[in-house]
Amino acid sequence: MSEQHEPDGFFDKPENIKKMMRIFYVACGLLVVADFIVHRHIYHDWEKIPAFYAIYGFVGCVVLVVIAKEMRKFLMRGEDYYDE
Amino acid sequence: MNSVIPFLPLMVGAFAAILLRGWLRNTVMLIAPIVGAINLMGLEHGVFWSLEFMGYTLEPVRVDKLSMMFGYLFHLASLIAIIYALHVKDTVQHVAGLAYAASAVGAVFAGDLLTLFIFWELLALTSVFLVWARRTDRAYSAGFRYLIFQVLSGVLLLAGLLILAQVNNSLLFNQISLQHEGIAQIGAWLIFFAFGIKCAFPFMHTWLTDAYPESTPSGTIFLASFTTKVAVYAFARGFPGEEILVWIGVTMACFPIFFAVIENDLRRVLAYSLINQIGFMIVGIGIGTAIALNGAVAHAFNDVIFKGLLMMTMGAVLHMTGKINGSELGGLYKSMPKTTILCIVGAASISAFPLFSGFVSKSMIMAAAVAEGYDVVWLALLFAAAGVFHHAGIKIPFFAFFAHDSGIRTTEPPVNMLIAMTLAAIACVVLGSFPAQTVYALLPWEHDYQPYDVTHVLTQLQLLFFSALAFVWLNLRNMYPPELPSTNLDVDWLYRKLVPSFAIKVASTSYNAYEKMENSAINAIKRMSQKSYDAESDKPKGYFAKLWPIETMVVWVAVLLSSYLVLYYILS
Repeated sequence: MSEQHEPDGFFDKPENIKKMMRIFYVACGLLVVADFIVHRHIYHDWEKIPAFYAIYGFVGCVVLVVIAKEMRKFLMRGEDYYDE
Repeated sequence: MNSVIPFLPLMVGAFAAILLRGWLRNTVMLIAPIVGAINLMGLEHGVFWSLEFMGYTLEPVRVDKLSMMFGYLFHLASLIAIIYALHVKDTVQHVAGLAYAASAVGAVFAGDLLTLFIFWELLALTSVFLVWARRTDRAYSAGFRYLIFQVLSGVLLLAGLLILAQVNNSLLFNQISLQHEGIAQIGAWLIFFAFGIKCAFPFMHTWLTDAYPESTPSGTIFLASFTTKVAVYAFARGFPGEEILVWIGVTMACFPIFFAVIENDLRRVLAYSLINQIGFMIVGIGIGTAIALNGAVAHAFNDVIFKGLLMMTMGAVLHMTGKINGSELGGLYKSMPKTTILCIVGAASISAFPLFSGFVSKSMIMAAAVAEGYDVVWLALLFAAAGVFHHAGIKIPFFAFFAHDSGIRTTEPPVNMLIAMTLAAIACVVLGSFPAQTVYALLPWEHDYQPYDVTHVLTQLQLLFFSALAFVWLNLRNMYPPELPSTNLDVDWLYRKLVPSFAIKVASTSYNAYEKMENSAINAIKRMSQKSYDAESDKPKGYFAKLWPIETMVVWVAVLLSSYLVLYYILS
């Protein structure tokens, strides 16, 4: 195949990513703000903590990734481990 | 009504696929699930077919709301999977796929345990060919391991049903429960574990994560749709409200997400997330209230579609690029934009974004957990829900279609694959946006549930957006584990490494010991013969050997006669 010039993809441009991330951060912020404006039903005591779901989601995922990373230390083997 | 036995249309389709070729086969394969679904509409609730067998009443076809729901689901799933597999020129896959779907339909309409057992085994025997159809060494051995697990499950079911038949004097498949006296208790537990194996309970789950990713791109779609969902159905009928299921389900929902985060093979990531989703269903069945059971079966319904969609998009990637490892992919959105969008729809559905199908069923299970006071379970499920978004919702599309550009340039998959994925994606949105008219209308238990209120939508969006924020933050800080070419040890290490190496050691030491013993025995005999034989003069060394044979004879005759004399003297 000869060298073909292809147009840059949307996600190749850093300014597009920057724009998207900015929208994303604003959305996150709005969701937290909404927590104080909207009256949400409380089914459980812990839900009374402001922005409980946001905190739980963030912390939960960080903990998930950190533990998973540690698991690699004793679970990870070569790609052909079982074929050898 | 003029309906026939529910699994017949699909089974006839499977047999027709053996004989027919080309467009004729394709037409028959497409018509089979449609005819099957229309056939279901004509079925009335109740026993459709019953007979006497060795003094037991069998009900090979029994129809109620629960079996109907799974019946419709399996026809829809098989239609989508068949469309996805149309371009494949492989009779084995077509026949096995249809026969497998037919077995699943047969299993959910089985009114007695013996019929269930027959379809249970048929599920195993038909589906293993979908694994072997990949025709690689890995697929071949993974298929064998898969088959051993499935057959083991069948044997347990058979043993359990024989015990229960003896005790209850009935083979009918109704609620079994785990509270029995005496031997019936053993029977119930055997059946429980038979279902548990097919449901991929923890420590029995590795057949799934082992074999499914080794199947062909289209074979995996069939596999992911039927076996585990038949098991979920069987639990919903046999063991609703068993509390132990809540704890098993929570474990299933939580532990696979850790493996999914570090797994490189993207279809194996989905296999882990399949277990995670089944975990939600098992929790629902364990809680056992109407809303929880409805949530469990509704989630099974939705899961088949969105997990099928995700598997299809990854199958499309594998089909077009020949690669499926996250470490080798990336940047495919440029050459496969449609597949990318379809994958994102699947990702949004499994992550339970409002308006997508996962939202309307997962929230039922969560609500039931809170309502019944399962606080820890609820928190764990919330964690699992965030984790799903992390590994299935973000990781799958991100590493396949975005991330760093792998340089792979390909095209969209064949049009039939695109149609199948589009159908599934539409179903995800319709199920999520209009649950009352679709999935809720099929629910077996009476309960009103309204998924869309401000609280649910807001809290779910907070959970998901901040899970995504965690992903962004970890990536920016370079803390996110990169995709690495690797194998991660799971329970299958026990029987794929530890036991074989142990067995080899035991076998080689015992063989060595045997060899040593044999040698020493031979040497002892040799020494003995050397001692009694003079090799130089070519003569034996013993006293009698030096005499003539007749002299030896005379000696022995003398001994005989004298002992005779002595005996005669003593006895008289």
